[in-house]
Amino acid sequence: MNNPTIRNWLGFSTLALMLASLFMVFDYVPPDAEMGIAQLIFYFHVPLAWVAFASFGLVAIAGIFYLWLGDQLWDDLGYAAAETGMVFCTLMIVAGSIWAKPIWGTWWTWDSRLTMTFILWLMYGGYLMLRASADDTPQVARFGAVIGIVAAMDVPIVIVSVRLWRTIHPAVLVTKQGTHGLEDPRMVWTLLVSLTAFTLLWAWLLMLRFTQLRTRSRMAWLAGRIALATAAASDPK
Amino acid sequence: MGAHFGYLFAAYSIIFVAMFLYVMFIWRRQAALDAELRTLEARVAALTEHSAAGRPPEPRSGA
Repeated sequence: MNNPTIRNWLGFSTLALMLASLFMVFDYVPPDAEMGIAQLIFYFHVPLAWVAFASFGLVAIAGIFYLWLGDQLWDDLGYAAAETGMVFCTLMIVAGSIWAKPIWGTWWTWDSRLTMTFILWLMYGGYLMLRASADDTPQVARFGAVIGIVAAMDVPIVIVSVRLWRTIHPAVLVTKQGTHGLEDPRMVWTLLVSLTAFTLLWAWLLMLRFTQLRTRSRMAWLAGRIALATAAASDPK
Repeated sequence: MGAHFGYLFAAYSIIFVAMFLYVMFIWRRQAALDAELRTLEARVAALTEHSAAGRPPEPRSGA
């Protein structure tokens, strides 16, 4: 993942697709007939949710591999994914809340999907607080891996919550009748471009943070070796 | 463009400002890592030099 060419390519592709996505949202796609212009928030809200859930899924996968193999690489990947996932999850909640105010008349309601998403946010917030407040020891990494795996179990619950319980949250991508709720092909294209843009943005940010965490881990290891070598060289015997 | 344009503008602005701040946060972390790396390199160089001279390295000061 530490390849500057790929990182730069990802960065430029993300920028280009983000601009294309903005153009499509503000100039190309027609707003929903019922919700009006506020519905356009949907084209960033859904991709934010997708990358947040993908991040948290990656945290769980990295956690399983860390517990299995004990390799620091998996812990660094899980930490990077949790951090980027938390950024996207927070923005997804904020964007949804701003959409809810004109449509539902309130910033927030304890609807099943919103509540489960809030619980997900709290759990990964706990994960990041643990990582930020404790030293980077294997024990903390193991605790983090377990929290990351348990918290990721909430992701499928958030996704199916609109079918499991009564909810006012719209089910647009797959409606309760099994069809998608995007009646205009321009809506589908705009959503696809936004999804691709956010997926690339996620990959780029994840790559940057993962590379940093790998460097930090290697430097910590090297600092330990230097301290040992210095102590050995200073030892008068 | 519509009665709810303020909400739309606020949502997109917050998303882009937050993304910009996160990239800045990563950038600052990178600067801190680079500084730490330079310190480590200096320590390795000092250790190598003193090992070659056959005398123990001086105790490091600061970070």
